Amino acid sequence: MTSSAEAAGFWILAPIAVIAALGLLFARKAVHAALGVALVMVILGIFYIMQNADFLGVVQVFVYTGAVMMLFLFVLMLVGVDSSDSVVETIKGQRWASLLLVVGLAGLLFFTIGATVVDEKTVQAGIDKVVATNADPGNITGVAELIFGQYVWIFEVTSALLITAALGAMVLAHRERLTPRITQAEWAAKRVRDNRDVAGLPAPGVYARHNAVDTPALLPDGTPSSKSVSRVLVARDQVATTDSLRDVERHMEREIEEGGAK
Amino acid sequence: MSLALTAYGMVGGLPALAPTENPTADFSDTPLWLALVKAVGVFVYLLISTLLVIWFERRVIGRMQQRPGPNRNGPFGLLQTLADGMKAMLKEDITPAKAEKVIYTLAPMITATMAFVAFAIIPLGGTVWMFGHQTPLQVTDVPVAVLLVLAVASVGVYGIILAGWSSGSTYPLLGGLRSTAQVISYEIAMGLSLVAIFLYSGSMSTSAIVSAQSSLWYILPAFFSFAVYLITMVGETNRLPFDLAEGEGELTGGFHTEYSSMRFAMFFLGEYVNMFTVSALATTLFLGGWQAPPFISAINDNMFGGGWWGLLWFTAKLWLFMFIFVWLRGSLPRVRYDQFMRFGWKFLIPITLAWVVAVAFIRGAQLGFLGDSKLTFAGRELSVATVVIVSIVAVIALAAAWIWDDRRAQRAAAEDEAPPEEIDPFEDGYPVPPLPGQRLVEPRPRLAAEPVLSTASSSSAGGSGASTTLKEETHG
Repeated sequence: MTSSAEAAGFWILAPIAVIAALGLLFARKAVHAALGVALVMVILGIFYIMQNADFLGVVQVFVYTGAVMMLFLFVLMLVGVDSSDSVVETIKGQRWASLLLVVGLAGLLFFTIGATVVDEKTVQAGIDKVVATNADPGNITGVAELIFGQYVWIFEVTSALLITAALGAMVLAHRERLTPRITQAEWAAKRVRDNRDVAGLPAPGVYARHNAVDTPALLPDGTPSSKSVSRVLVARDQVATTDSLRDVERHMEREIEEGGAK
Repeated sequence: MSLALTAYGMVGGLPALAPTENPTADFSDTPLWLALVKAVGVFVYLLISTLLVIWFERRVIGRMQQRPGPNRNGPFGLLQTLADGMKAMLKEDITPAKAEKVIYTLAPMITATMAFVAFAIIPLGGTVWMFGHQTPLQVTDVPVAVLLVLAVASVGVYGIILAGWSSGSTYPLLGGLRSTAQVISYEIAMGLSLVAIFLYSGSMSTSAIVSAQSSLWYILPAFFSFAVYLITMVGETNRLPFDLAEGEGELTGGFHTEYSSMRFAMFFLGEYVNMFTVSALATTLFLGGWQAPPFISAINDNMFGGGWWGLLWFTAKLWLFMFIFVWLRGSLPRVRYDQFMRFGWKFLIPITLAWVVAVAFIRGAQLGFLGDSKLTFAGRELSVATVVIVSIVAVIALAAAWIWDDRRAQRAAAEDEAPPEEIDPFEDGYPVPPLPGQRLVEPRPRLAAEPVLSTASSSSAGGSGASTTLKEETHG
């Protein structure tokens, strides 16, 4: 039925795939969950190749791991990795409805897979057919004949559905600009006109021992300048204190004064 | 292999016989241990090539910038890379406190290993005798070999994005995202440009594509694909002028800012092996792979074509592309990120799609799907459908080029308006310097409206009160 190499590959890779899939459910960080899914997809691709479906396996890795999962990672990294999901129900009864659907899907899968005939003769006939197709017209030609022959209508309808979804997402996310875009030159002119921060906002603090965007610059009287750090960092409460720097400064001043008194 | 044959194949007199899509390389006499030996051989080949190419790059760029380049360690400075590599290994290996330790270590490994994996399907030569077995000079081949390269490259991108994320710092994250967006965008255009090759050869297996090029290299019939591939391979490998992920001025070092020692060296190695992989793919798909170049292949019934000679031709073609990489780095400045993305998505991808449709029609005509009528021209039989399709494509391309050129000329004319001849240096209350060729209109000082000194000569402009104009000297 299956060759020993295939069986060995399965028993090595399948547990890894299951662990990675469980990682999706139990990983604390969203990126780790996404990586678990990527690993599952790569292993699925290897399984396809082991079952003589070369094209399907490579495309599985290429499209799902390379493109789809990567987009997920992009969104996770850009939107914010630490954002936790809100548990408030936005639609009433959503939780019960989704539970019902999950049970329904699980039942459907259970009975469909359970009803599949797994006798050796049928499986062997299928494998023989795939091997014969791979040898004569070739794997890719075989897939192409199915996609553009027998199942052309289904594939066209699915692609129309996907394009509609993409267009819908674009329409929903599109925002019409109500006011003309302010250019850099216009910002500069506005600063001069308002006579506020004419030379631009002050840069963050640069000290002999430290410099970072979260460290405010010190004003001449020693107080930190709130304008010198990004308002995003202020809102996140991530602005570093300058106390230690000021302490160092005072210490040095004292040393200088003591030196002068000697 | 004469030029006449080349022209013959290009217009489409090739017999309407669809070649098999399965690999032509025969691995039946290759035991497993020999495959492992070949894999180790490819690994060593790539490592030595990487050591050489870093030296080569520094020397060639040195020549381009009129300086010698590294020339101290070993003959011609050949051992410089080895010395640098040893130094990198002995450096302190730093892991930032906020880094995700496991992924931070995993990322460079993914990048480096994936770079090597793709080379397994590249045919470095024809069939050779090796330890008493007759075997192709290629680790393996599958019917979907070229797709496999793209798939492996897309997994290799995970190394970059995970390195950026796991460093736990802003610059690497931004650099990683940039670089990943870049690689994915350019992989689309790259994949589309390769479709023309699949259509011409009827296969995605590298050995079948190489043997399909025995009479004609695909650089000629798929010249446009070659141009697109050449651009996208630079974008795909994050090399200058497309090395935006490492834009020093904006992102310090990009995704590998926090890396040091061996883990940094792995990224470095991965980058160079990636360059070899895309170059090897270009050699295989467009320049006939390991086959001897024209004229040389005509010597004594292709005496220098078979066996181990293939490795020589393959390496020579590979290094041609490496030279192009270095040449580009030596001559072009970095492009701006938004321009780069616009170029990829709004120009390369649509135009490559149009090209693939055109090639599909040309190929269909060649294979006789659009009618069988032939016409004889200059003693050669051509299919009418092919001639008609090629002419239509040529006319459309010419018309598009003409319209584009016309628009560009109009834009240039609109931008080229001459500045006004006279300029008030205190317009709007700010001092404005004149452009070359512009005259300054001296402002009339309010208090000096009347002549104060009757003896003042006309040269003392400040006191004269008359509005004198100064002619700015035009330099150059």
